[in-house]
Order: sequence, then structure tokens, then C-alpha cells
Amino acid sequence: MTERALPILTVLAAIVALWYAGAVWLNSTWVYDQAQRAGTSVTLAEVIPQTMSQARPLLPPPHQVAAELWKGVAGQKVTSKRSLVYHGYVTFRGTMMGFALGIVLGVGLALAIVRYRVMELSVMPWAIISQTIPIVALAPMILTVANQIGVDNREVPKAIIAAYLSFFPVLVSMVKGLRAPDAMQLDLLRTYGASDAQIFRKLRLPASMPYFFASLKVAVAAALIGTIVGELPTGAIEGLGARMLIGSQFGEPLIMWAALFAAAILAGGLILLVGLIERLARARMGAPA
Amino acid sequence: MKDTLNIGQPVIEAKGLNLVFQTGDGPVHALRDVNLTIGKGEFVSFIGPSGCGKTTFLRCIAALEHPAGVTLTVNGMTPDQARQSRAYGYVFQAAGLYPWRTIAGNVKLPLEIMGFSKADQEARVRKVLELVELSGFGAKYPWQLSGGMQQRASIARALAFDADILLMDEPFGALDEIVRDRLNEELLKLWARTGKTIGFVTHSIPEAVYLSTKIVVMSPRPGRITDIIDSPLPRERPLDIRDSKAFIDIAHRVREGLRAGHGDD
Amino acid sequence: MIWLVGAVGFWLAAWAVNAQIAASPLGQRRGGRVLVAALFGVTVLVLWEGLVRGFAVSPVILPGPSIIGPKIAGNLGTLWADFVQTVVKGALSGFAIGAVAAFVTAIAIDRSPFLQKGLLPIGNFVSALPIVGLAPVLVMWFGFDWQSKAAVVVVMVFFPLLVNMVAGLQATDRLSRDLMATWSASYWQALFKLRLPAAMPFVFNGLKIAATLALIGAIVAEFFGSPIVGMGFRISTEVGRLGLDMVWAEIAVAALAGSALYGVIALIESWVTFWHPSQRK
Repeated sequence: MTERALPILTVLAAIVALWYAGAVWLNSTWVYDQAQRAGTSVTLAEVIPQTMSQARPLLPPPHQVAAELWKGVAGQKVTSKRSLVYHGYVTFRGTMMGFALGIVLGVGLALAIVRYRVMELSVMPWAIISQTIPIVALAPMILTVANQIGVDNREVPKAIIAAYLSFFPVLVSMVKGLRAPDAMQLDLLRTYGASDAQIFRKLRLPASMPYFFASLKVAVAAALIGTIVGELPTGAIEGLGARMLIGSQFGEPLIMWAALFAAAILAGGLILLVGLIERLARARMGAPA
Repeated sequence: MKDTLNIGQPVIEAKGLNLVFQTGDGPVHALRDVNLTIGKGEFVSFIGPSGCGKTTFLRCIAALEHPAGVTLTVNGMTPDQARQSRAYGYVFQAAGLYPWRTIAGNVKLPLEIMGFSKADQEARVRKVLELVELSGFGAKYPWQLSGGMQQRASIARALAFDADILLMDEPFGALDEIVRDRLNEELLKLWARTGKTIGFVTHSIPEAVYLSTKIVVMSPRPGRITDIIDSPLPRERPLDIRDSKAFIDIAHRVREGLRAGHGDD
Repeated sequence: MIWLVGAVGFWLAAWAVNAQIAASPLGQRRGGRVLVAALFGVTVLVLWEGLVRGFAVSPVILPGPSIIGPKIAGNLGTLWADFVQTVVKGALSGFAIGAVAAFVTAIAIDRSPFLQKGLLPIGNFVSALPIVGLAPVLVMWFGFDWQSKAAVVVVMVFFPLLVNMVAGLQATDRLSRDLMATWSASYWQALFKLRLPAAMPFVFNGLKIAATLALIGAIVAEFFGSPIVGMGFRISTEVGRLGLDMVWAEIAVAALAGSALYGVIALIESWVTFWHPSQRK
């Protein structure tokens, strides 16, 4: 364990150190400007402390971000509009809806594609092309259109964007998985006189499960990105994406950074969770850990 | 021609060679007290069950493993120095040809690395491809060739820089018996023509007996030599020599040696 | 009503044709595959137009292809300027810088297993993060013009590329490395003759992922501030004015740019890694 942790911790420490250096470098400009305006001069030793606690730093140092993050998580009631827990929950809900929708869509399309050759020929190329379209170009429009048709709830358009990004990895993996059994395994079942439905249930479906679970990690990360992108366009007030936007528009870098890290923590949590589910599923299916 | 060769002059000498691998389950004695002398122009086979250290010994000669203490010399040098002076070509179990290079490009690869001149490279590639009967396939890519042809190309690659020693680690192990027979025959011809010293690891008793002037029988746990058989067969060997009494006698002795080494299983 | 019936009728007819082609020997060939996919694409457009007209959907909600098409033709100048600003200046320059940076970093940490062990898990994790959230920060640092967009793209593509590159450099098998050792090849000889070529399938995998990310990054960054040109700028302002036909025109350009970028990378890949089992003809 320590053998794996040591290099990671070293690199993390280096990143934090670089971050502090960057904060001093970027934020010092403001300190020098202030001094010049006041007609005084400052030494480097005086500058450094002043770069650590500005209200609107170009690059807030780690401890400032951590403090803001703590304030957002523990310093508010969770129902407050300033609580990162609240906004994180909104984002989490959107992600889960999009994730679920993406799984349904991905698995459904995969089943159809494996079953019908015409589906493969027609849909597969467009599924690939759909991923080269920058979804974000669609995001503002999906939101506006949803609004026009009278869907006030932002959840639905967000979930659509998230699903758009997350269905693809599931689709690709499921197609691969359902086709994983080789000719010999299929022939074996045919010698037993198995029907197509039986072959599907007894062979193709179990064979596809490792592929399915492996794709979930990618899909959940994609769903989160989709949700946050869905929260970015103007008008959003809830969710971590909206917090980033608000921080940017009102010139509050601390809010922005705190939201960014909250999103990172959420992503880490989701990936861990999905990884855990994957491991449990694999253990149940008797795969080597 | 081969009669003028100075057969018998030692090329590879191992004296009390030991090699221990540290593994999760404690130290494993891969080789214990291995003594062997290989003369110039000999064809030596190493045979034994898996884990007997035959491949490991070959890797020691090639300086791919580093036993403690210099108890092994190649051309009177340490294996590392011998490698620097391009003393040997190595043929692995798999052909290991690079798929992004043509057959000629693959054969040329060691020549590029060793800094041969462009003209010399071309000439050598042509010569060794002819030697393994792959002329006309130089522009093909490895995946367009059969397994047997790929392995021939890898032999050509090992021959390209004209090392005196050819080390072969189960080179025909993955091929079917018909192809293997033909390649065995061709290998003997090639050996007769070039007069190289060959170290050859194999699982197959007929292959070992058919090819070798000397058969080294090894056994596992710890990896060690249990028998060294000097073959009385003539150097000229048609395929049907395998039905002769002498051949069957040697094969029998090898089998006995293997069985004795396996007594503890 | 006639539009609805017509659209659905066309859909069914096209589907029947596609099913025929797919079942026939033509479906095994390249031409047949392209034909089926193309027919499916046309069907989607016809169905779209038919539904929009049949249900009399307001163009403010969903304009049909017959409105979007002329809009594209009539605004080629604007679309081109937006394309240059966002794709060429923002996405492509950032993509190139990010790719070179990832390449150099991968080579730089190649000789240090310690750094690799430290950077790889972090790189993997960062690849899964919504990095796009950094866009407002970078816009704040680098200003409204394309430089900030390129910076967002650099950050977004760097880690996926790095992770793929490092994995690629480790992809050679023991036999190939032993071969290099028996020839006493130097580190650089082994790198250029063996490990870099062997890494190429991984590199192109990363480049394909990064291509999509690059466009996303460049467009999103424009939502946080841009000069009055650019695809993201146009989309957000036109959405505000309910000019959805122009939004769709931009989306069409974005889709075309995304597919073209992906296609070019896939084409180069098929030249460079012609030897890989997935590319062999």
C-alpha cells in the first residue's frame, strides 16, 4: 500500500507546492498595483503574505479554496442556497437521472444492434458521429426548447444532455460484450438445441456483464460532465455548474474554485461508488478480483 | 569445409553456475551448480520439463539474466562483453517480428542498431533471406506470412549480423509437427553451411536427438544438469535417421534421464 | 396530416430498403454500408421535417431542415468567421499545444517509474473530472479572445493524452524488449525503433478522445466571455434572441467540424498504424 501511496503523495505535494508558487506569482501583481497606487513600495517578504488572503485572487491558494469549500459544506444549512451540499445534490440528482437514461438507451440500442444487422448498419455510424458533435453546442438550445414547451424543470434537459454523453460508452461496451462469446461456445449451445432466446440468456448476457460494468465508470464521469455543462448556460441558479457561472459572472473566484473542487469530489465519489458496484458484481459472478 | 573448422575449442564455459530468483514465496533456485563446456561448431540441445532452468541458462549466456559472480564465459569474455561484441544471435519462442516493419525491415533492424553501413545492410539482408529461403518475401509484412515463415524470418534476423553463436529458445515450439520437421531439416543444413555454434532449447526428445551433437538433460527444483549425452550420429542426417537403432538408443537414454530427474514428482 | 403520413411512409419505405440492403451481399461491402448509413441520415431529416410541419411546430421551438438549410447558405460569411475563431484558433491550436505537451511529458517521465506511478492515477482521475469547469478561470487569466479558449483546450486534452501515451510506451512485450537487449540497443534506439511505433495505437486512441474534448472546451469557454465572434458566442446570443435556426446552423457546422477532425485523425491513424490488427485490410 505504501509503495503505491508514496509516489502519488509526492506528486500531489509537488502540485500543491506549484500551486502556492503560482498563487504568489499571479496574485502579486495586484499587491504591487495597490502599492504603486498608494505610492509606497513593498518588499517580496511583504508581498507573499498579501497574496495568500485576497478577496478576489487570480489564483486562490489551496488553503483559501479549502476554507471556502468547508464554509460551503459545513458552514451552511444544507437547504441554504449557499450550501455546496445543496448544489452538489442538485448536480448529483441530474447526473443520476442522465446516467440511468444513458444506460437504458445504451443497453437498448446495443440489444437492437446485436439482434438486427440493419440496425447496426444504420445506427452505429450515427452513434459514432453523434459523439463528435460538441454536445455543449446543443445544451443552451435544449434548455430553451424545454422551457418553450413548458418544461420549467431544468432536470429534464440536464438529464438529456447527460444521457447524450453517457449512452455511448455503454453502447460500445455492450455491443462488444454481447458479441464476446466465440463460435465454439455458440456451437456448443446449438448442439444442445438451445433457442436464440436461451442462447441470449445463458451465454450472451452473462458474457457481456464484465464489459457492461467496466463501461459504467466512463459513463458516470461523462454523465457528470454533461450535467455540469447543462448547468452552465445563462439562467441556471442551481447546481455546481451554476455556482461556477455565478462565481465567474460576479467576479468571485473563491466561489468558482470551491464549486470546481466540489465537482471534483463528487466525481471521485461517483467513480468510487461505481467501482465498488463493479467489484461486487464481479465477485458475485465469480470473476477473479 | 566443416572438417577444417576447429571443432572442440571451447566457446561457452560454465563453472559452478548458480542463479537464485527472489520471489514472493522465498528464494527459488533456478540453476544450481551448472558445469558445461560448449565447443566451437557444436549443436547443443537443452531438454527437460518446464522449470528446469534450460531457458534460464540460455538467458544467462545472452546476459539477459545476471548470475552473481563471473562463473560463465562466452568466447573468454563475460556475457555482457560478449553481447557488446555481437557474439550471438538470439531466437525466441515467438518470432517477435515488428508488425510495422516489412520482413526485410525486421531483418535489417539489428543492423541499423549496430550501425552497419546502408549498402552492407542491404547485402546482408539479401544474403540471410536467401539462406532461410525467404527471398522474394522481403517486402511482405509479418502478419501476411505463415507461422513457420515468420519463425524463419526471425532466424534470418538472428543471423544477419553474423554472430558465431546462435541461441534458440524453443524456436519451433508453437509450430505443428509437419512444419517443424521441415524447419529442423533446414536448420541442420544452415548449421552445416555456416559452421555456427548453436544452443537450442526444446521440449521434444526427437527434435533434440535429431539436431544435436550434444544433448544436455536437465531437471527442476533446483534447476540442474542430470545427464550430458554426446551423440554418435553422423553430422549428415537425413530425416529417416530417426528410424535407426542408434537414434532410438539415444532417445531412450534421454527419456531415462528425464524420468530419473522427475523421480520426486 | 399529409406531411405526417408522408414522413412516416418515407421512413417505413427507407427502412425496408435498408433491411433489404443489409440482408443482401451488398451489405457486406463498404459501399453498401455507406449507403445504409446515408439513407438512415436522410430518413432522419425527412422525418424531422415531416413532424415539424405535420404538428405545425413553431420555428422558435424546432425549425425544420428546410429553414435551417437556407439559413446556412445565407450566412456562410458569419459561419466561416465563427468557425475560424472557435475551431481553428481556439480548438486546433489548443489541441496541438496540448498534444505536444503531453507527448513531451510522457517521454520526460518515461525513465522514472516513480513519477509514472505518481502521475498515472492522478492523470486518470483528472481525466474523469469536469475540467471544463476551469473555463471561467482561464478566461479570467487569458482574456476574452481565442488564447483563453486554447488554454481551456490544452488543459482538457492534456491528461487523457498523457495517460494514453504513457500506457502506450509500456505496451511492448518482454520478448521485444529482450530482443533489443540482445542487440545492446541504447535507450533512444529502443525508444525510436520499438516503443514509439508500438505506442501509436494508444496515442491515436487518445487523440480521438481529445478531438471531441477540444471542440467542447473551445465552445464552452466562449460562454464565459468572448469577442463578438465565435460559435459559442453565436449560440448563446442567438438562443437568447430565440433565433434557433441560426443555432442549428452553428450546430451543423460544429457537427461537421467535429466529424471532420475525427475523420482526419482516423485517416492518419490508418496510415500510421496500418499494421495493427484493427486496421489490417
